[in-house]
Amino acid sequence: MTHAGPVEPDAPAHPGEDDAVTTKRLSKTYAGGFAAVDGVDLAVRRGEIFGLLGPNGAGKTTTIGMLTTRVVPTGGSAVVNGVDVVAAPARAKQQIGVVPQTNTLDRSLSVWENLYFHGRYFGMGAAEARERADTLLDRFHLAEKARQRTDTLSGGMAQRLMVARALLHQPAVLFLDEPTTGLDPQSRIALWDLLHAFHAEGQTILLTTHYMEEADHLCERVAVMDAGRILALGPPAELKASVDADGVVRVSAEGDLPDLAARLADVDGVGHVDTDEAEVRVWASDAAALLPALMSAAGGSRARVTGVRVSEPTLESVFIALTGRELRE
Amino acid sequence: MTAVRFDVRSARRAGAAAFWALLLRDLRVVTKERGRFLIRTVSQPLLLVFVFTYVLPSIGRDFGGFDGEGSFTDILVPGVLAIAILIKGIQAVALPLVQEFGYTREIEDRVMSPLPVWAVATEKIVAGAGQGLLAAAIVAPIVALVPAEPLQIQISWPALVAVLVLAPILSSALGLVLGTYVEPDNVPMMFSVVILPVTFLGATYFPWSELGDIRWLQIAILANPLVYIAEGFRFALTPQFPHMPPAAILAAMLAFTAGTSWLGIRGFRRRVLS
Ligand SMILES: Nc1ncnc2c1ncn2[C@@H]1O[C@H](COP(=O)(O)OP(=O)(O)OP(=O)(O)O)[C@@H](O)[C@H]1O
Ligand SMILES: [Mg+2]
Repeated sequence: MTHAGPVEPDAPAHPGEDDAVTTKRLSKTYAGGFAAVDGVDLAVRRGEIFGLLGPNGAGKTTTIGMLTTRVVPTGGSAVVNGVDVVAAPARAKQQIGVVPQTNTLDRSLSVWENLYFHGRYFGMGAAEARERADTLLDRFHLAEKARQRTDTLSGGMAQRLMVARALLHQPAVLFLDEPTTGLDPQSRIALWDLLHAFHAEGQTILLTTHYMEEADHLCERVAVMDAGRILALGPPAELKASVDADGVVRVSAEGDLPDLAARLADVDGVGHVDTDEAEVRVWASDAAALLPALMSAAGGSRARVTGVRVSEPTLESVFIALTGRELRE
Repeated sequence: MTAVRFDVRSARRAGAAAFWALLLRDLRVVTKERGRFLIRTVSQPLLLVFVFTYVLPSIGRDFGGFDGEGSFTDILVPGVLAIAILIKGIQAVALPLVQEFGYTREIEDRVMSPLPVWAVATEKIVAGAGQGLLAAAIVAPIVALVPAEPLQIQISWPALVAVLVLAPILSSALGLVLGTYVEPDNVPMMFSVVILPVTFLGATYFPWSELGDIRWLQIAILANPLVYIAEGFRFALTPQFPHMPPAAILAAMLAFTAGTSWLGIRGFRRRVLS
């Protein structure tokens, strides 16, 4: 077996490639001509937590898919830790740990065995894989679940196990596709804490999300993605400053909210207004200064205002400034 | 230059280690599910042998051999071994894969192991073939002990070894083809449309060359890979009965093994990459 090991043709080396992930004009057009990813240029630095922020269908999973060898690009190039993912997919897989968007735990194996065999796949001996599995189960607070079947885990535990598995072989880059979608707030914070801790130890992380809080809280730099393109890229604070993003006035109210929204939208200086069951959100470049005008407009409305809050620009405002649409649907 | 060559060698070593670890994982799963493995392996062959070679002869309803020679038992035994291996290829490879590609995506972690996708598919064939061989070993004593009348077996060892190597690989590769092309909703259809006809018309209950009177059937079932596995066992175990020429059996088994492996690996790559 040792002689017949699978191998693939030589890939061009990339000397001087210092970033952990580099893409140049990376594109994917699916059969049928739909361009899911359209000329994406990224450079993720070593040790960085980098976020791809975008709404459903933005092309986040397709981008991660290309970087992790699962989607074959139709244009451009991608290099992960110095390895060209198209020319040398097997070698690229050695560099990366991947947490996909759905639960992909091996249901035929126990919690502990999921980690142990993952270590073996990545060339660890039995003793080393055992030790790593034990260490990571402890660190991810799963030690007492070690012998259980994976389908007995809660959503938060399953997600932690997937992250533990992806980190087991100490990959150069950890990819996470919407790691906290569907998790309760407590599990989300627990996962954020773990990711922060690994980041502090130097782990490079590339994650996707459509929660602006997540991008804001977790990522050092964020690329805002929509319809297959990167619209803006930088640290969250810079993004908010650069696009002259709006602050938000949140008006809680009862009664005819659409009427209230329509009146508020007519106020001079208001950029964008949207509504849900309990509040109307008003985006404006100098939100606080508009408060008196907004309140007098609200006075004539058929809705009863129960509260008002003014908040600073968020990445959500950045997204709206860039696309005229909201991040959430 | 040296660095690159070293890189290739280390990638090859990583691939070999991953391949081995994937085999260990499958072995672990089989060991865990040994009870179920045993039941699924034994039930059909045991029933076939029990009804046709014990119950029917015991109540005087034996079909008898062909041309007045031997007994139906000797006809059936090669067929039962062939069925056991073929079914195991489907149980070991096709059914889990249909699941893993359909409802669960649990193949994901194995696909992300540091080896080419075709090698992950090849591991599936190897692991399935190992289980096919194990199935044959489990079924052999059953076909030897259950029948009411003693078997008239004349083993040709080179032929038996050749069949025992090729038949499990062919069956497992066929399992890979079915596992990558069949959708979960179509599994019941797969049994009705593929597995039942293949097992009933696989020269399992009759030697292929005895079909001369139904010429169209004799020709049609040449497309059935089980025919060559059954005829191979027939030649290796009961050469006193009519059988296909051994060279034809060998050539067909090799061709089917190559064809199903190619198709299965292609199907696997298609399911994994987009
Ligand atoms: N295999 C495929 N064939 C054709 N189109 C596809 C395929 N996979 C994805 N798409 C399309 O490509 C676009 C981008 O999909 P992708 O899954 O990358 O988005 P996403 O940003 O991850 O969205 P989400 O937040 O919903 O996960 C979508 O419009 C999707 O319908
Ligand atoms: Mg996605």
